[in-house]
Amino acid sequence: MSNVPRHTALDALHRALGATMTDFAGWDMPLRYASERDEHNAVRNRAGLFDLSHMGEITVTGPQAVNALDYALVGNIGTIGPGRARYTMICQEDGGILDDLIVYRLAETEYMVVANAGNAQIVLDAITERAAGFDAVVRDDRDAYALIAVQGPESPGILKSVTDADLEGLKYYAGLPGTVAGVPALIARTGYTGEDGFELFVEPQHAEKLWQALTDAGKDAGLVPAGLSCRDTLRLEAGMPLYGHELTTALTPFDAGLGRVVKFEKEGDFVGRAALQAAAERAETAPPRKLVGLIAQGRRVPRAGFSVVADGKVIGEVTSGAPSPTLGRPIAMAYVDAAHAAPGTSGVGVDIRGTHEPYEVVALPFYKRQK
Amino acid sequence: MSNPQQLRYSKEHEWLSTAEDGVATVGITEFAANALGDVVYADLPAAGDTVSAGETCGELESTKSVSDLYSPVSGEVVESNQDVVDDPSLVNSAPFEGGWLFKVRVTDEPGDLLSADEYDAFSSGN
Repeated sequence: MSNVPRHTALDALHRALGATMTDFAGWDMPLRYASERDEHNAVRNRAGLFDLSHMGEITVTGPQAVNALDYALVGNIGTIGPGRARYTMICQEDGGILDDLIVYRLAETEYMVVANAGNAQIVLDAITERAAGFDAVVRDDRDAYALIAVQGPESPGILKSVTDADLEGLKYYAGLPGTVAGVPALIARTGYTGEDGFELFVEPQHAEKLWQALTDAGKDAGLVPAGLSCRDTLRLEAGMPLYGHELTTALTPFDAGLGRVVKFEKEGDFVGRAALQAAAERAETAPPRKLVGLIAQGRRVPRAGFSVVADGKVIGEVTSGAPSPTLGRPIAMAYVDAAHAAPGTSGVGVDIRGTHEPYEVVALPFYKRQK
Repeated sequence: MSNPQQLRYSKEHEWLSTAEDGVATVGITEFAANALGDVVYADLPAAGDTVSAGETCGELESTKSVSDLYSPVSGEVVESNQDVVDDPSLVNSAPFEGGWLFKVRVTDEPGDLLSADEYDAFSSGN
């Protein structure tokens, strides 16, 4: 891989909008267009438009596509109905998390796996290797799609005005092929913000047209372009893990409190089964560090890697932290020793550059939308 | 963006007003405020603190990062901006006005402070 940053199909548009760009997993991506707090609040209260074209799409087709994915991933892919999607993970033989993924079943024997940008090559290589014994074809579709997300309570109305697709019939974690603003798109009701919203997979050549159409359609509803900075605070408030922070190869899904994504009951073997079985038993008998939420009493912001302390001892580590626009206070996700993980545990602090700032332990998420 | 002509500037992106009765006002530039993003927390030197030119005297925290605040001059702090402590977004909305950070009784200033034009060139990388 070269060191030259990659640009999405919407790059010129971001620059015309005056975006502050940042390197993210080798891609030059919009960090924010103006105030990241305003962008965050727009997504919570109205709508925001994101370029997520850095995400990595991998298509698996063929009579045994489902068997290949059941072997390669920890989820029960066989139970995903056509037009539905599932959050799952891919693990190493030792149970360590390689990535978290969304798998869409596009057709009877066609699946699209969406990996994080930073892991896309690793996931592609792993699935290709693991699918070798199956009657299935693994295709690198990273360059085949641009991905535009419209997220927020106003997003259904905005999208409805530019598509004839049946959005009412499109449930959360479902996807259907359709036409949006005259452009063929896979319309998925998924997101990473804690709000209702849609992710639109389109050919890169159509990305600008779709972005403009959504911008125009959302003008009256208060839709704004939104960058990766607010995407991070939105997902943090929603208690959603981010690979490289809450999820790493050093942790199994059970360590991350996400053991529910591992489906031992599915047919056949899968990569990591034995190690994950052991991890599940370990989690029962000797609870590992637990992922909790922390809310600051003060205003200094905890960052990834900061120590969580109690009685002068280190009892955990912050994995993500940011000022929360919704709560008006700094928040963090952290792995802490089980003895200090119960919501309301007193005496817990974060070491912020040498000062132990008091923090309240809470259950995740920090924010849940009203349905 | 335009950097006010009557101010002088440090390479750490602070501005300094012309001293009146020996007291000058310090803030960060619009360029710096834009680079930080939304400022959410300001730790400012308190009245009575001694600050030294080019040394850290506080911190500004934004959504994505924390940055040290450097004093462009040496002296004794006579006042810090409580409005900014209460509402750090003033640093973004009015960096040269309501978002000022502290006032300092100047005892010494380095010779390398920049004029507005020099700072324009410096901050645009020319």
